[in-house]
Amino acid sequence: MKFHATKEFLPEDMREMINERVSRYPEGWQRSAVIDALREAQHRNGGYLDERWMDAIADQLDLPPIDVYEVATFYSMFETRPVGRNSVSICTNISCMLRGSDEIVEHAEKKLGIKVGQTTSDGRVYLKCEEECLAACKGAPMMMVNHKYHENLTPEKVDEILDGLE
Amino acid sequence: MSDETVNIEINGEPLKARKGQMVIEVADDAGIRIPRFCYHKKLSVAANCRMCLVELEKAPKPMPACATPVGEGMKVYTQSPKALSAQKNTMEFLLINHPLDCPICDQGGECELQDLALGFGRGVSRYTEGKRVVSDPDLGPLISTDMTRCIHCTRCVRFTEEVAGYKELGATGRGEQMRIGTYIEQTVDHELSGNVIDLCPVGALNNKPFRFRGRAWEMTQHAQVSPHDPVGSNLWAHVLRGEFLRAVPRDNESINETWIADRDRYSNEGIYSEERVTTPLLRGKDGLQPVSWSEALEVAAKTLSDVIREHGADQLGALAAPGASVEEHFLFQALVRGLGSNNLDHRLGQVDFRSDGAEGHYPWFGITLEEIESLDGAMVIGSSLRKEAPMLAHRVRKAALNGTRVGLVNPAHYSYQFPTSGHLVRHGAELVTAAAEVVVALSEQLKASVPEEVQGLVKNVEPGAEARAIAEGLAAGESRWVMLGQLARSHPNWSELRALGLAAAGMANARFGVLSDGGNSAGAALAGVLPHRGPGAQAVKDAGLNAHEMFVSPRQAYLLLDCEPARDAWDSAAARDAMAGADKVIALASFMNEDLRQQADIVLPVGVYAESFGTRVNGEGRWQSSQGTVQPPGEARPAWKILRALGNVLELDGFEQMDPEEVLRDARAAIGEPGPGEENLDGVELAQPARPKGLWRLGEMPIYAVDALVRRSEPLQQTRDGRAAEARLAPADAEQLNVNDGDAVRVSLGNRGCRLLARIDTALPKGSVAVPVGLAETEGLGPRHGGVTVERI
Ligand code: SF4
Ligand code: FES
Ligand code: FES
Repeated sequence: MKFHATKEFLPEDMREMINERVSRYPEGWQRSAVIDALREAQHRNGGYLDERWMDAIADQLDLPPIDVYEVATFYSMFETRPVGRNSVSICTNISCMLRGSDEIVEHAEKKLGIKVGQTTSDGRVYLKCEEECLAACKGAPMMMVNHKYHENLTPEKVDEILDGLE
Repeated sequence: MSDETVNIEINGEPLKARKGQMVIEVADDAGIRIPRFCYHKKLSVAANCRMCLVELEKAPKPMPACATPVGEGMKVYTQSPKALSAQKNTMEFLLINHPLDCPICDQGGECELQDLALGFGRGVSRYTEGKRVVSDPDLGPLISTDMTRCIHCTRCVRFTEEVAGYKELGATGRGEQMRIGTYIEQTVDHELSGNVIDLCPVGALNNKPFRFRGRAWEMTQHAQVSPHDPVGSNLWAHVLRGEFLRAVPRDNESINETWIADRDRYSNEGIYSEERVTTPLLRGKDGLQPVSWSEALEVAAKTLSDVIREHGADQLGALAAPGASVEEHFLFQALVRGLGSNNLDHRLGQVDFRSDGAEGHYPWFGITLEEIESLDGAMVIGSSLRKEAPMLAHRVRKAALNGTRVGLVNPAHYSYQFPTSGHLVRHGAELVTAAAEVVVALSEQLKASVPEEVQGLVKNVEPGAEARAIAEGLAAGESRWVMLGQLARSHPNWSELRALGLAAAGMANARFGVLSDGGNSAGAALAGVLPHRGPGAQAVKDAGLNAHEMFVSPRQAYLLLDCEPARDAWDSAAARDAMAGADKVIALASFMNEDLRQQADIVLPVGVYAESFGTRVNGEGRWQSSQGTVQPPGEARPAWKILRALGNVLELDGFEQMDPEEVLRDARAAIGEPGPGEENLDGVELAQPARPKGLWRLGEMPIYAVDALVRRSEPLQQTRDGRAAEARLAPADAEQLNVNDGDAVRVSLGNRGCRLLARIDTALPKGSVAVPVGLAETEGLGPRHGGVTVERI
């Protein structure tokens, strides 16, 4: 198979970081470092992963690329296509749904002019499709914006938060 | 009762089981059928389909039989109401997203899902929601995909990872979004990839060339043996209305287990190539013209006797494909010897014949395929293994994963997908020194002296770390094996490599073997298609010319048995020139090619392997016969019939057989029981290899260019391995020559040469250029190994 990039593609400090992670696991279990490496790559690549980064990580960890793709596509926190600068996940799982998350989603969609799963045309906001309960049910409905939780949402609160994004 | 055995009960039947066995294995052995999708006896346990749920006494919930180890006194119920209800519920879940498109699915009629749905499914679906839609990845020319049918058993994924050795397929996404595929569009390139078709329990992965051409229940199945490499994999040929539509593995634990290589699976596509010769042809003033059989045979016989009368029998050269059957080889040699010539050979790919007299009676592995798995140490010299004989490579890989220490000495860094004790890669001209290094290291290791005969080759040789590691691996344990592959056999220093291999085997008390070309080189040697030996390895009085000599000292006439000299010969250019310069060329051929069109005087159309009864002797020395499964097309006839007819017209003795079984009886009687014979170094003159000027051409035989039939299989030609016409260069050489990846280069030797695109390949040692043989693009170049020059154009 042809690699889109080899390990040399990765910045030196990132390769060191990966090696350090590998050293935490027993020998032969270097695949345990995949998630850390992918998270780092996603941050460095403007919020998403592409084949170059994933193949380079596979090469660095001596794994077939498909092993890395499997992990990257399994976890919804990893993006495998370009997305907006700010990632907004409105929880629609059971507790949030019972507390009105559908209206929150509808409101956000209307306000941003996009559907869940899309990014605004100016690249500012990515409305992520959040399938899982974000474990903040006590403050339902809730959403996560760039790793930060906002609870007990109302349309007004959503407006305020979204307007405050760069 | 030993500690290793436990007593269990399945459905009230008391059974003995080995400790650690899973319930499903015990049930299978006892003939108790438990439904399953993800479990496969050759793959790891995934336990993800849940179809095999059974009831266990004392267990609160049904348990998966494939992942539940047996325990003393365990009581299992596979058909109790609880078990059945669990199985039926699983089936209902499996079917919610399945498209239920059996009427247009090629798997219909041989589908595990269909079969089990019949037994465990509901008559009517209760599922009313929308089904998921999955787009189909393009996995290349061999495997078709309909991924909406996939039930996520992951057999295909586990196969590529565990058996093929390189994970090409995976499960991306999760839950509803889970998909089986390669993630980025790319073809699945492994030489065993087609096996995922048989493994896939549904119609998600299917045989692409076979798509929509036949239904399982309409076809008849016939036992066949693959003729493409010395493994002799067992096949079922599936036939519909007289057409060999597809090949699938025929289980044989001791040969191919439950797999076959893609080469065995898809070569049947070549049978119906437009290049098939379907009528006898005779050269007239407008080129080759169809004629009747009687005319063709008359003219062929007359041509042969005329040539011999005018020029002497010595002017007749006869060459046979190593994949032809014992019956064909036997009659072929009887015909040529009956005419008085010993210029007879099947080893077209070889150049060094100095060891002829010292070699065993036939080329063989020196070991059975099953025994490979229990070796302690092994060394392979000059073989890419995977591309030469995929199923043999599979055994070696299994052994290596199981602890056998396998060392390799090669002219390029081949990928094996298994741990090695060492991989010593040297420039082709230094391969002999590399092998000598291992011999020296071995003698130090074992405190044994290097045999007299090879002393000259090991003088001043200082083993490096890699050679020491290989020697150490080979010296490990009790049972050991040294094998020389096709790259060693075709090397100009085959004798030296063989001598060193034998020396290593002798010192390490290892078995010694050879991986030869084609599906029946052992049978060809036994039948006497050799210039120096007749049937049964009996030495002949006046040895004739070997294959290489027949080309470099051209003959007046050639008789060919289904070989394509310009593709098969060690020196393709010399072979082509010899054919062009010959007065007469008589070809028994299954396929037409440009050279025949220009050069042949008479073409007699013959059947390919599945088209007549034929026996082949594999690399273990195992004789395997199979019946003709389909008719040769048009006027083409099994080669044995044509040879017999020729013998009769020429009024030679020994051509009275009425059927091929009778030919086999005669051949067996003539061959007797010579056994493999002894491999020694008697009378072999060994020399120090010279290093030629320029780059070393490494002439690898691409996996899909080995014989006339494979060359005609379109799907195989479209794979990545089938598009092998490239000149591969080491990065350092490319830099020196100012060649970039993808540049056009000319590879030449004197005034011969060929034009190719360059590929930069770190697998090659400096000073080498890999230019494949067996291809139209490279036949103008000539010698398979040796010095060439490369320049950018
Ligand atoms: S494609 Fe076939 S073998 Fe692979 S996971 Fe799906 S059903 Fe199983
Ligand atoms: S359901 Fe939304 S946080 Fe738990
Ligand atoms: S066969 Fe046991 S879970 Fe699939």
